[in-house]
Amino acid sequence: MNQPEIVKIESIQNETDSIKTITFFYKLETIPGQFFMIWIPGIDEIPMSVSNINNDNKAITFRVVGDATKSLFNLKKHDLIGIRGPYGNGFSFHGNHHLFIGGGTGIAMIAPAVESCLLRDEPVDVILGAKTKDELFFIKRLQKTDANVHIATDDGSKGYKGYTSKLTEKIIKEKQIDTIYTCGPELMMKSIFEICIKNNISLQASLERYMKCAVGICGQCCIGEGLRVCIEGPIFSDKQLLDISDFGVFNRNASGKKKNIQP
Amino acid sequence: MVSLTTCINNLELKNPFILASGIMDEDAGSMKRILQEDAAAVVTKSIGLHERNGHSNPTFLELEHGLLNAMGLPNPGIDSYGSEIKKINNDNGKIIGSIFGSNVEEFEILSEKMQNYGVNALELNLSCPHAKGYGLEIGQDPEEINKIVRAVKQSVSIPIFVKLSPNVNDICMLAKAAEQGGADAIVAINTVKAMKIDIETKRPILANKIGGYSGKAIKPIGIRNVYEIFEAIKIPIIGVGGITKGEDVIEYIMAGASAVQVGSGIYYNGIQIFTQLKEQVIKWMTQNNYQNIKELIGVAHK
Repeated sequence: MNQPEIVKIESIQNETDSIKTITFFYKLETIPGQFFMIWIPGIDEIPMSVSNINNDNKAITFRVVGDATKSLFNLKKHDLIGIRGPYGNGFSFHGNHHLFIGGGTGIAMIAPAVESCLLRDEPVDVILGAKTKDELFFIKRLQKTDANVHIATDDGSKGYKGYTSKLTEKIIKEKQIDTIYTCGPELMMKSIFEICIKNNISLQASLERYMKCAVGICGQCCIGEGLRVCIEGPIFSDKQLLDISDFGVFNRNASGKKKNIQP
Repeated sequence: MVSLTTCINNLELKNPFILASGIMDEDAGSMKRILQEDAAAVVTKSIGLHERNGHSNPTFLELEHGLLNAMGLPNPGIDSYGSEIKKINNDNGKIIGSIFGSNVEEFEILSEKMQNYGVNALELNLSCPHAKGYGLEIGQDPEEINKIVRAVKQSVSIPIFVKLSPNVNDICMLAKAAEQGGADAIVAINTVKAMKIDIETKRPILANKIGGYSGKAIKPIGIRNVYEIFEAIKIPIIGVGGITKGEDVIEYIMAGASAVQVGSGIYYNGIQIFTQLKEQVIKWMTQNNYQNIKELIGVAHK
């Protein structure tokens, strides 16, 4: 039933000064790219993608961006939170050579997708991008796998100096990439989308919108011609994105008012 | 050949199925998508004068037999919403603009603006059970309802529907007040005031604590209200509450509804519910030898 199931926090891991992973016991089968609605009793309920799937243990990884994530950040082991979901479609892997691109906290949901894709025994490259090296996380986790890990920072404090999109252009020249999977700031994903269209590479991008019901009725997260990010998304293909005029242009706040996100 | 055409006074609908307010109607794209299904009309999200975020999350949860929500009338404000309505092509169906205000003047301004945006009818939200100073808080006083409807009637020329709440002593008295004020139809019912407490954390789950209950559980409440209102007034009724299948539509129409609205049904059946309802109603009418859905309006009153 779509109401919060109360779970105890099993463990808390610090990833950086402002990023934590919270692990909890939650049985429902979940695939990478799907998300939960996380209820912090008395505070808020927010959508959050799964960042680790280990049988019945699931995790979320987040940065403090507002009151809800601040409260979540201050919770202790064995504190109670409510979980409903998982929601949304999740990634579906296509092609032979896969490139994953996580920007900022988008890395959180890219990591389990990389791990899941590697089970196909096909080459996987992954770009982890952030403004600066202190904001990067999950590097060791992914370096332990068979994926080729690339790092990009805007300030060059670690890895390639520059945007993930620039590094993407470099990688696709060297390797025959069939599909790109991405999650990160929408303008970053828009640049990657343009690269994919130009180079005829399939894309799956994870979009983020303000969520309320998460079950496809309230209309809060609708984009384009009535596509619900919580049901038809959050992962959209390059073909779908071509028809979503909102993509990289605007989103809507809690009131439903449009907010321009163009630079 | 079965005819599903119905009329709400002079507003002709190709079938009796209307999207209820608050469901997939925050932007043009989602309403266009519903109109491409077999919905004859969509009701917009309830729009007020100013931008409003509504309540904090949790604003929604599912219960054993229905859904509970306390959105709290989020909306971008009437001036921002105009561009959404203008983007919808009315060829596929009608648009009913839902508005909420805290007094007569606000309803007057909102109704004029909605009419100018090109909606085919207005729905006055006098029944939202979870927003302070709006909806039900002013929609339980017959005099207030009468004053608001009278004022809106003088401000616009399009049909006016009044959506009422079941959370009152006597809904018929309110329906009569709306009719006397010049309403063209009554919409019944809005959600039923309800609460869910989580016993582990020992607190109501909704941030607003109290919400509105919808879905399957409230259908008998809706049927009873429509049945009673039908005996009290002469204007048409639009039935709402818990419709998920063709038989539910037939039941509402027999109780006295000329059309129905569907909201939570989208949760249970997906947006294809409008097509499903159409097929099921046609099947039932064919099996029972009815050619015209209008023949069934109010037949349960014996």
